[in-house]
Amino acid sequence: MIDPNIQIRPLTPDEERARRKRSIAIALTLGALVILFFVLTIAKLGPQILERPL
Amino acid sequence: MSSLSNSLSSEAQAFNPTASAAGGEVSDFFALLKPRVMVLVIFTALVGMVISHPSVSPIIAGISLLMIAVGAGASGCLNMWWDADIDALMTRTAKRPIPDGRILPNEALAFGMVLSVGSVLILGLASNWLAAGLLAFTIVFYAVVYSMWLKRATAQNIVIGGAAGALPPIVGQAAVTGHVSLDSVVLFLIIFIWTPPHFWALALVKSGDYAKAGIPMMPNVAGPDSTRRQIVWYTLLLAPLGLAPVAMGFGGWLYAVIAALGGLGMLAGAVQVYRLREGEPERRAAMGLFGFSILYLLLLFAGLLVEHGFGLFRAVIV
Repeated sequence: MIDPNIQIRPLTPDEERARRKRSIAIALTLGALVILFFVLTIAKLGPQILERPL
Repeated sequence: MSSLSNSLSSEAQAFNPTASAAGGEVSDFFALLKPRVMVLVIFTALVGMVISHPSVSPIIAGISLLMIAVGAGASGCLNMWWDADIDALMTRTAKRPIPDGRILPNEALAFGMVLSVGSVLILGLASNWLAAGLLAFTIVFYAVVYSMWLKRATAQNIVIGGAAGALPPIVGQAAVTGHVSLDSVVLFLIIFIWTPPHFWALALVKSGDYAKAGIPMMPNVAGPDSTRRQIVWYTLLLAPLGLAPVAMGFGGWLYAVIAALGGLGMLAGAVQVYRLREGEPERRAAMGLFGFSILYLLLLFAGLLVEHGFGLFRAVIV
């Protein structure tokens, strides 16, 4: 529920640019996390990662 | 939705009436992590790892180190969130992202919490849960015990709170070995005893700032002369403690020389701070000790890193 007393105004160009940069940083961080978990899994399990029951 | 949240500026305006909205840059969020403190944490945690001569994969060690750094940054972020009101009053901290209105307090709180929980969980998954528990303890100790309880309540704030900054070598060792030995505890003690003379030297110069913000730093509570005496006492304790790794057999010749000369340098700096109590010489002596104390700690740990990381260790006591 949004408080009707709160005044909403559009973002300035600077704020929009900052938001875009933040979004890119979040995307890059998520990508880095995917790589981190992949590398971590390989490092922890090693070659045994392929040894699984079919 | 995000446009809306970006436009809600009441919290930012509480610290900076001219801020229309918090549209923080990525660099502002990075600044919340106190990058310079993070470098020291990475460095000391790395030394805690290296002196243990671990058998774990360098990838696991690297990820662990990264998570320790992120956890330290997260605690710095939570500290800035909590202290935004007093940061706004001090010249040294008034330009930080929250008091300057570039980031909303709630954004910083969410950022700090996500990084805290994430770093602890990933460290636990990557290495072990002892290290993760120690990292969680470090974050809670800094953000809650130091920032929320001690900092505004007692002149011993940085003495007790210094434990959080001293823990990284222990966390580093636990991450790569699964246990904590006396070696990393000694490194903890060196940083712990180093903290009071380091911070009080700065506090002597910045006492006006701290008084304005109502923070009970030692010079404001016990007076500058008592602070100077305590700086000398702590340094008298620190100089021989710096040599403890040599006596315990994990500090070699290079480290011994650094610790001996550095300890003498610290003592000389502390005596200068004790002697010079007026005007510009007083300020220069205090800032000199503050700067040298950083160099001293960096060189001590660099000595251990070089000896153990590059196979240059030669025991002094055989």
